[in-house]
Amino acid sequence: MKSFTYERPSSPAEAAAAVAARPDAKFIAGGTNLLDLMKLQIETPRHLVDVNGLGLDTVEPTEEGGLRVGALVRNTDLAAHPRVRKDYGVLARALLAGASGQLRNKATTAGNLLQRTRCPYFYDTAQACNKRQPGSGCAALDGVNRSLAVIGGSEACIATHPGDMAVAMRVLDATVETVDASGSGRSIPIAEFHRLPGDEPQRDTNLRPGELITAVTLPKPVAGTHIYRKVRDRASYAYALVSVAAILGKDGSGHVAFGGVAHKPWRVEAAEADLPKGAKAVTARVFADAKPTHENAFKLTLAERTLTAALNQARA
Amino acid sequence: MVGATAAPQDPGARTARTDAPVLATVTFTVNGERRTLELDTRTSLLDAAREQLHLTGSKKGCDHGQCGACTMIVDGRRINACLTLAIMHQGAEIVTVEGLGQPDNLHPMQAAFVRHDGYQCGYCTPGQICSSVAVLEEIKAGIPSHVTADLGAAPQVTEMEIRERMSGNICRCGAYSNIVEAITEVAGSRA
Amino acid sequence: MKFDTPAGPNPIDRLKVVGRATDRIDGKYKTTGTAPYAYERHDAAPNAAYGYVLGAGIAKGRVRRIDTAAAKAAPGVIAIVTTLETPRIERGVMNVAYLFGGDVIQHYHQAIAVVVAETFEQARAAAFLVAAEYAPEDGAFDLAAAAPSAKPVPADSGEGSGGNGEERVGDFEGAFAQAPVTLDATYATADESHAMMEPHATTAAWDGDRVTLWTSNQMIGWGHGSLAKMLGLPKEKVRLDAPFVGGGFGGKLFVRADAVLAALAAKAAGRPVKVALTRPLIANNTTHRPATIQRVRIGATRDGTITAIAHESTSGNLPDGDPETAVNQTKFLYAGANRLTAMKLARLDLPEGNAMRAPGEAPGLAVLEVAMDEMAEKLGIDPVEFRIRNDTQVDPNQPDRPFSHRDLVGCLKLGAERFGWAKRNPKPGQVREGHWLVGHGMAAAFRNNMVLKSGARVRLSADGRVTVETDMTDIGTGSYTIIAQTAAEMMGVPLERVVARLGDSDFPVSSGSGGQFGANSSTAGVYAACVKLREAVAQKLGFNATDAVFEDGEVRAGNRAIPLAQAAADGELVAEDAIEFGKISKAQQVSTFGAHFAEVAVDAYTAEVRVRRMLAVCAAGRILNPKSARSQVIGGMVMGTGAALMEELAVDTKRGFFANHDLAGYEVPVHADIPHQEVIFLDEVDPMSSPMKAKGVGELGISGVGAAVANAIYNATGIRVRDYPITLDKLLDRMPDAA
Repeated sequence: MKSFTYERPSSPAEAAAAVAARPDAKFIAGGTNLLDLMKLQIETPRHLVDVNGLGLDTVEPTEEGGLRVGALVRNTDLAAHPRVRKDYGVLARALLAGASGQLRNKATTAGNLLQRTRCPYFYDTAQACNKRQPGSGCAALDGVNRSLAVIGGSEACIATHPGDMAVAMRVLDATVETVDASGSGRSIPIAEFHRLPGDEPQRDTNLRPGELITAVTLPKPVAGTHIYRKVRDRASYAYALVSVAAILGKDGSGHVAFGGVAHKPWRVEAAEADLPKGAKAVTARVFADAKPTHENAFKLTLAERTLTAALNQARA
Repeated sequence: MVGATAAPQDPGARTARTDAPVLATVTFTVNGERRTLELDTRTSLLDAAREQLHLTGSKKGCDHGQCGACTMIVDGRRINACLTLAIMHQGAEIVTVEGLGQPDNLHPMQAAFVRHDGYQCGYCTPGQICSSVAVLEEIKAGIPSHVTADLGAAPQVTEMEIRERMSGNICRCGAYSNIVEAITEVAGSRA
Repeated sequence: MKFDTPAGPNPIDRLKVVGRATDRIDGKYKTTGTAPYAYERHDAAPNAAYGYVLGAGIAKGRVRRIDTAAAKAAPGVIAIVTTLETPRIERGVMNVAYLFGGDVIQHYHQAIAVVVAETFEQARAAAFLVAAEYAPEDGAFDLAAAAPSAKPVPADSGEGSGGNGEERVGDFEGAFAQAPVTLDATYATADESHAMMEPHATTAAWDGDRVTLWTSNQMIGWGHGSLAKMLGLPKEKVRLDAPFVGGGFGGKLFVRADAVLAALAAKAAGRPVKVALTRPLIANNTTHRPATIQRVRIGATRDGTITAIAHESTSGNLPDGDPETAVNQTKFLYAGANRLTAMKLARLDLPEGNAMRAPGEAPGLAVLEVAMDEMAEKLGIDPVEFRIRNDTQVDPNQPDRPFSHRDLVGCLKLGAERFGWAKRNPKPGQVREGHWLVGHGMAAAFRNNMVLKSGARVRLSADGRVTVETDMTDIGTGSYTIIAQTAAEMMGVPLERVVARLGDSDFPVSSGSGGQFGANSSTAGVYAACVKLREAVAQKLGFNATDAVFEDGEVRAGNRAIPLAQAAADGELVAEDAIEFGKISKAQQVSTFGAHFAEVAVDAYTAEVRVRRMLAVCAAGRILNPKSARSQVIGGMVMGTGAALMEELAVDTKRGFFANHDLAGYEVPVHADIPHQEVIFLDEVDPMSSPMKAKGVGELGISGVGAAVANAIYNATGIRVRDYPITLDKLLDRMPDAA
């Protein structure tokens, strides 16, 4: 870990300005992913702007009947929030399926969105990784890639977004709110928040330098059975091989997004009309352009079968 | 900018590009005792406890939030002390395993671990115990878990709930079955 | 004391302290965080600087240059020791790869430098400033590709299993060809990591030309000799101390880079230095259980009598490394006149393969006991019954050589009864509860019982306290408690009057902890020392040692009763002895036996496996402390479940390393994976094992359990996966239609 200076700004705009002023500055909130990466010098900020004192830690109803979740609301608190449990079950379930109790107590809403990939080559600084070191190559392409992306990847990168929360937010059509150094804000639909790797895999999101997430807004609740089904190699405390976030009616109609399969939560709205026909019809369209590796082709079968489980659960 | 006590002491350091450590001062309460430390900003809460305060009960098993051996209870909540900076805990109330009980004055959870042989090598044990104490509080506070069947209802102390909630504490010796018995006993005696 | 005749009646048989379920005497320290581990010796080395180890970024080749200029100039840096400026250090006991020194890189993350600084943060930051240039070479990293070139080699796991490269009894090929029912199947087991919770760690301090290492090591005697050799010092100048060891499982049987580098760094820094391997370094820098490819052939008559059995295993290792002794149990477990076992070794350039909990038996039984399940099904015989039918009371290789005590059948029968085996549906894929496919499986457990010479010193002080000193380690095994129990029983004092001091090389050399030999061997050594102390006490108090009864803190004979403490009234009495095992240990086959039963549920949609019930029945001689022995067994069952379901070091066969080298990537079972576990010990003693009449249990628990889980998965789904770990992707394509 390189040495860094540290400050605690007093407002979101001040925080954004502090980071915008220095290309080597970063925000720190829960820190559970950033410090992990700093220890390995995968992240090397020389200035940390601690945003924990900025408030931004409340969950408020919106005029539209939705919820505005502060960027610093801890995963534990968001999952335990009565409105989230009642109206956004898919989100509560996704949060509770992630990490461990200790990590959820620290991890924040904004930080969870910004989690970086768990690709083993991203984590090993002796190996080629275009996300960690642009232009160095991608060892995962012909290396150990069982856990990596089956769709949306590129010749430069087949990393996955490792989170669960964002997958639920994707199916909920959440909006990410930010503020920049000038104090002006913008709203980014969750679909446009995370990027595909393309030839710039080092960029996980469309945030601009210094732009600070202040909240995530959830539109008014969608009726149906809220399901987050995470499939992993052990029963808890593991990243998803595949996850399904779904809101489904008794007839199977509804919405679905997939986790563990791509560089971002994967959702193809156009395919959702086929949900009443069953999982196969949907996954055939959702994963039409899939390019799995030998090791991770099983994810396609798994995605279909997990969606089947969700549909059967909703119909029951 | 607020006058945070954890701000760098050397004003010049804010723009420095050298690798010189940046020092900061932090004051928090550890096991009921107020402690002020001047620390390299890079110091994790875990290393501050183990190397500065010589409270070595909290263990470093992975240093990356992957094992839970470093679990402490900070402001009433269990966290991985390896994945947080000490300077981020100005004013915090920190409880480590040493604060729960001492060899001749064991906390009920510590005593239950001894009775049920809820450990073997002992290295994950302080983390398991801190987590156990916090888990019972979390259930009491109504915080749901991955295995809570009904998100609308208050979670209950069941073996399944305990196993899921304790899953962030790895025990490679495999004392899980005994640990769950220890926690269940303490939960029952408090009910 | 020589152990060369079967143990007769002795004071241990009273079982006033030994044999009782006893809370660990070190428990109050472990549960309060006051038990000091190797990196935590602020008391002993208050001024220790911090060493940070760098691992090689290539799998094979040479280091051309290591540029330390920037690191040396970094704040707080005290010293840097690189492999290029250090002559290649000799290997210690059981080391295969060289740990440090010279320019040759034998495996990924081999240590190439240690950076010492005032603080951990400074050492870590400076370490990232060290730049190495390599000349990489091609290597062999793919076991499947190298297997055809593998040659039969003899091997000894060092932990109680081994044999010749090929061993034959009768005419296997002929008998197999004639057998009416046969099985010929090939299986694979994965590379596995010990992943003990305490990283390999050492604090080293020099005092002139003497060095003390507070280190995390299972075998102090081996480590002591090895480090003296590695550092070029006489043994008297080296001291090791390991009062608490945060798990080892075979990964700390020997000296590793942390100890060598701490010693070198402390010398270079001129002050104490502590070094812990960082978690991402451990999987590739240290040792692992090698993957295997195993072929099993069984031939039987239609009534289920085995007439031919063959087990061949292929594994890989570095030059000078051994094969995994995965066929060992097949020599002893079942009858059959015609037998073949073979171990083949392929040259690989992956990190060093070496002992991990039940080396040989763990992967060997994981395969053999699935083959037995497959064979039972072919024969249409219940798998428990099939095993009972092929029990043997003699070593099948030498029928004139009996087992000292073998009650495998008792384990199988009791286990079947307690588990409710009779209710199992033998037809696979039939039991469904909601979206769960439910299945039951079983397997036999077998592990040889090894014994090693073990010494101890016992002191009686004027206050009546008995202090035991031995370099035996407690790696979670419960050594502190069983050693104190043994001394309490022998000297007739309550457990509270005994102090056990362990893990210090200044104490008599013990068996150490490994190969499930520790409990029986080390307590037998304490027994021997106590016999001597009893003689000294008797002499002091004017008793005939053979008549004197040591009980309730008194020594009694005839009408006389004198407090034990009185023997030390005018000075501490000290006795030292060791147990040495004679030919008796070879004359009969001394082994431990068990039966594992498991119930699993497999998700009908996703093929996720959940273990719902586990039972083990163990026959392992006298159980010294049923509480900690049970823990040893359930711990083995957890690790075996991990091997069955999830544990696999993922080999990058192009770049030559284990890619998932941390505890997020290498998944071991968590709480949620493990159900309530039941363990039953058969009430037995084995007078051929030692005066304690005990045998090992620490590795019996892992032996066979993975096969019980695998067989349960088959029973649940009808899908036979012959490639461990049985992750859901290997089941998915053959799962019944989910819709």
